[in-house]
Amino acid sequence: MTLERTALDVARIREDFPLLDQTRNGHRLVYLDSASSAQKPRSVMQAMDNLMERTYANVHRGVYDIAERTTASFEAARSKVAGFIGAREAAELVFTRNVTEAINLVAYSWGRANLNAGDVIVLTEMEHHANIVPWQMLAAERGIELRWIPLTLDYRLDLTKLDELLRGAKLLAVTAMSNVLGTVNDIPRLVAAARAAGARSLVDAAQAAPHLPIDVQAWDADFVGITAHKMLGPSGIGALWARREILEAMPPFLGGGEMIRDVRKDGFTTNELPWKFEAGTPAITEAIGWGAAIDYLETLGMEAIHRHEVEITRYALHALEQRFGDRITIYGPTDTEHRGGVISFLFPEIHAHDVSQVLDEDAICVRAGHHCAKPLMRVLGIPATSRASFYLYNDTDDVDALVDGLVKAEKFFSL
Amino acid sequence: MAGLEDLYREIILDHYRAPRNRGELPVPPAHRVEGFNPLCGDEVVLFLEVTDGIVADVKIAGQGCSISQASTSMMSAAVKGKPVAEARTIIRAFKALMSIHESKLGGDADDIDAAADELAGVRLGDLEALQGVVKFPVRIKCATLSWNTLTQGLDEIADH
Repeated sequence: MTLERTALDVARIREDFPLLDQTRNGHRLVYLDSASSAQKPRSVMQAMDNLMERTYANVHRGVYDIAERTTASFEAARSKVAGFIGAREAAELVFTRNVTEAINLVAYSWGRANLNAGDVIVLTEMEHHANIVPWQMLAAERGIELRWIPLTLDYRLDLTKLDELLRGAKLLAVTAMSNVLGTVNDIPRLVAAARAAGARSLVDAAQAAPHLPIDVQAWDADFVGITAHKMLGPSGIGALWARREILEAMPPFLGGGEMIRDVRKDGFTTNELPWKFEAGTPAITEAIGWGAAIDYLETLGMEAIHRHEVEITRYALHALEQRFGDRITIYGPTDTEHRGGVISFLFPEIHAHDVSQVLDEDAICVRAGHHCAKPLMRVLGIPATSRASFYLYNDTDDVDALVDGLVKAEKFFSL
Repeated sequence: MAGLEDLYREIILDHYRAPRNRGELPVPPAHRVEGFNPLCGDEVVLFLEVTDGIVADVKIAGQGCSISQASTSMMSAAVKGKPVAEARTIIRAFKALMSIHESKLGGDADDIDAAADELAGVRLGDLEALQGVVKFPVRIKCATLSWNTLTQGLDEIADH
């Protein structure tokens, strides 16, 4: 199988990513761990540098010129992020540190105000720990029941008993795209089923937002979490989106400066949305970097990015199958329909860590381990997988390098 | 820079391919103890039979990478049949072997001296093949997992 060209001009794109332009041990760096964190284009670094070199000051405080300009840039970045996911208004987008904090915010604020003993939260077997542990903490505190949507044999959600699982549930918490399997879930269908059962729904879009066009209104979800660092932006900033009426009804999360309207000795009143949920000085520079990352993604177009990744994934699945056949197990859908560019694999005789170690010698970066999804690993009956994940700067040469590296690993550990 | 052959010595691969003392022991009389590496999901289960102050038998279950499996296998061979006190000395010497690199990074000369003192006079034999692991800091935890688990198991037995 050959692939002449994809929806993106990768050679041109790579020029924007200085980190990718390096060699180690005489090998070109092959970065296949974007599902963990993506590399950054020069425009993101420049936007952050510009801010710090010219206008940096705290936001929403000073009346002086540079403070006002920083505040304007910061809020413009919020509008950009809100627009990117199809939010009705920027006030519905609360900056957090990451998706983990976004989910914890919902668990602490909405969860503690609305869930009590005997209530039910429905999760899925493919969730990241970030969308499991906050609910387990709440469940232990309140006596809440957790139910799990199981997997099918082809690594998708088994929705045959969805309505039964959702019966009496108050919340469905589900990932839009698995960080281990690459499976893209049918969010509109899941949210509709939850709504019909009277449950709210929370979507972990950490993996989906960087790779697929997403529209929170089309999803009709109640809560959506996204993070900058997986979509070419800096680490340290993410966001929770929720509809205005839900956010307004929720009690505040962290208390402190910025989130208040007034404070007296006998109490406080909360600020307007979204600042009600943004106690303390936010990640100002990072927000500006995130805005620049979104500009970069939108210039290429999310549809084109997705098509490119589908093509690379199809090429990679085919190459792995061709080369290793039954000797490799791929944990994830084998077709590219409703599937992202994340490929988890395992050679039964070689531990994932050892595979990564051999690949590292040729400067090929893949993730090895449980990928923060231990319940899923237990369902799969394995301790770890290797995971290669693709983004807009990867091409078929990267896949070929991976395959060659795996041939070497297999040879090295052959019994 | 360190190459694969520094990490994967032949003796390590041999223990990985043909691990010694795999299996389980009836509990009781044996003591069962588990160790987890939260970073990678590796787990080790040790079955320890201590009689009259001697580590009479050791069996190993669980799963992990070649480094953790080989380290566990070598450890079982090193401590089996030894008095508990001697087993603890071997543990300290091995941990010292693994910590030299970290001490160098941290620059604490006292730690390096202490580690050197621990190593002096203890014959680690095959275990010294694992020394290459210190050049791969991420993998040190793979090598030390079963040793920390053994310490925990011996402590639990002593407390009973």
